[in-house]
Amino acid sequence: MNAFSFRRLWALLRKEWVQVRRDPTTLRLIILMPMIQLLMFGYVINSNPHNLPAGVLMAQPSKYERSIVTALRNTGYYNIRMVATEAEAEQDLADGKLLFVINIPANFDRSVDRGESPSILVDADGTDPTAIGNATGALGGLTNTLRRDLPPNLQAGPAPPPFRFVIHARYNPEQISALNIVPGLICVVLMMSTLMLTTLAITKERERGTMENLLAMPVRPIEVMLAKITPYIGIGYLQVVIILVMAAVLFHLPIHGSVVLLLLVLGLFIASNLALGITYSTIASNQSQAQQMAQFTMMPFMMLSGFFFPFQGMPAWARFIGEAIPTTHAMRIVRGVLLKGNGIVEIFPDLWPIGLFMLVTVTIAVLFYRETLD
Amino acid sequence: MSDGPPELAIDVRDLHKSFGSRVVVDGLSLQVARGEICGFLGANGSGKTTTIRMLCGLLVPDGGSGTCLGLDILKQAPLIRRQVGYMTQKFSFYEDMTVSENLTFVAEVYEMKNSAEAVRRIMDRMGLVDRADQLAGQLSGGWKQRLALAACVLHEPKLLLLDEPTAGVDAKARREFWDLIHDMAVDGLTVLVSTHYMDEAERCKRIVYLAGGKLVVQGSADEVVAASSLITFEATGGDIDAIARQIRKRPGVQAAAVFGHVLHIAGTDRTQLLAATRACADPNIAWAEVRPGLEDVFIHLLSGTEGAG
Repeated sequence: MNAFSFRRLWALLRKEWVQVRRDPTTLRLIILMPMIQLLMFGYVINSNPHNLPAGVLMAQPSKYERSIVTALRNTGYYNIRMVATEAEAEQDLADGKLLFVINIPANFDRSVDRGESPSILVDADGTDPTAIGNATGALGGLTNTLRRDLPPNLQAGPAPPPFRFVIHARYNPEQISALNIVPGLICVVLMMSTLMLTTLAITKERERGTMENLLAMPVRPIEVMLAKITPYIGIGYLQVVIILVMAAVLFHLPIHGSVVLLLLVLGLFIASNLALGITYSTIASNQSQAQQMAQFTMMPFMMLSGFFFPFQGMPAWARFIGEAIPTTHAMRIVRGVLLKGNGIVEIFPDLWPIGLFMLVTVTIAVLFYRETLD
Repeated sequence: MSDGPPELAIDVRDLHKSFGSRVVVDGLSLQVARGEICGFLGANGSGKTTTIRMLCGLLVPDGGSGTCLGLDILKQAPLIRRQVGYMTQKFSFYEDMTVSENLTFVAEVYEMKNSAEAVRRIMDRMGLVDRADQLAGQLSGGWKQRLALAACVLHEPKLLLLDEPTAGVDAKARREFWDLIHDMAVDGLTVLVSTHYMDEAERCKRIVYLAGGKLVVQGSADEVVAASSLITFEATGGDIDAIARQIRKRPGVQAAAVFGHVLHIAGTDRTQLLAATRACADPNIAWAEVRPGLEDVFIHLLSGTEGAG
């Protein structure tokens, strides 16, 4: 029997395609999944939330309080209420009832009137940096708010701003750049959907009893694998296009590099995920086992790829594992191409590891693919 | 390897197969001549399916050797698969594909010349033309078996391995199925078919009976009956169900089974059987010795294996 036959591969491909078409529920899921995930992740993680609960704590009554509160409200980011005591403010911040506490210090009015440019301390809940990022950013523009309320002598000449904000990000001083998220999201959504799809491929044959028949026929393992992977590459591309269009329209994702290059590279990334799925499918003895393997993989892949936490901030061993994950490299490539306009030369160092990963997983899958029922 | 076609389509010796500590096939030797229809019988779990799977290379035997169509079952399994049509016990074609899609897939995978023509021919022969565009999953049991058979013979194999092909299929469909098998045997196809049905066993040229992974008896239906040295008495009239319950407990009565209006008792000791019939005397009942049927022999064999463990 010849080692490889394009005719057999074509027959297997047609069979897979017919089966994909006959399962409209899965097809609908395949199209809806990236949309829902993008919307979910996009708005949950990369949100620019408004009307965040903020408390104003005054050490003593201030004539400027009204102007400051109005200015804060006008940014749209703050939903202001007054807080009576420092203890209450501290408690509400800890409970998450307040995301900000704005402390107007004692003798604030006098300091402003003297042109001493006093500080207003803003305690911010830093556990979710993206949530407070834009709100704190807006504070910088407010420092001139009081200029027209100032005594005439201070209004005249150039002077330091009437007061300053000192922002104290509590609990988590690190902040993630919002632009990081959408390109990362493209990779994570692709990883989740394509991995799930093929994980079931071979176990499904085994559970439906069709594997025995397939084994009795003269098909080679590599032909079966390729036939299982190929239709989903097409489907993966459909997802990429959906995500890119949605990201451009909804999240105003800038595209500085070549979209063609991006699509080519993502093809390899999709294939590497599918290869991993096929490998799980070959090793697992039933569908739920295969699914658990896939779910177990997604979490560390997301964590260690630099999607949630900055890659540079991870310990050496975690970065070492992260380097082996295709998602890590794909994310760098997508960020590089979309945001920095990188070309093939710049992305190559992240391209070959994906190819290597795919080669290794396909080899494992072929080795584990049993041509007998033993 | 051999010159000219070998006489035996299947020639395997001393096959062994265990799954963990469970011995499933235990020193089985089997010879099937070319063009023969060989019935494979035995209780559930007697090793029929495992043997069939070893013959077509789906399982690797733990011990033993032999040839299938003149090819070594250990070393040339892929070549054997090309020439064997294997029909699994459970329907194993794609239920989400139509009849013609399934058949086309098989034809293409076997790289048949003019596969479209071959598919058309087989659908015609099996009467599947009207159902060509129906999903396999929507076919009834009988039609599914027909599709499976069509797919198995599509690539013109020299040997058919059928694993309980008619389980759960109605009598008419079974009859038609066997007519097809006999037609194909006329063309020189060798068939090894496992079954639990006596009428099907009687349609085989030769019967092989397995128990506990060993070959217990083989030969034509008549030979198998003769080899059993079984003596059968038949009772008619009266309350035979009550008699059956009583007589089953008598010494020497190895089996007592009611077939409609008649009761068959069977054993190997004539004296004890006669004593049993006298003990259960009933004026309404007439006893007569009859030639044992295949069914009596198999019930006898089945109860024997249960007794043995």
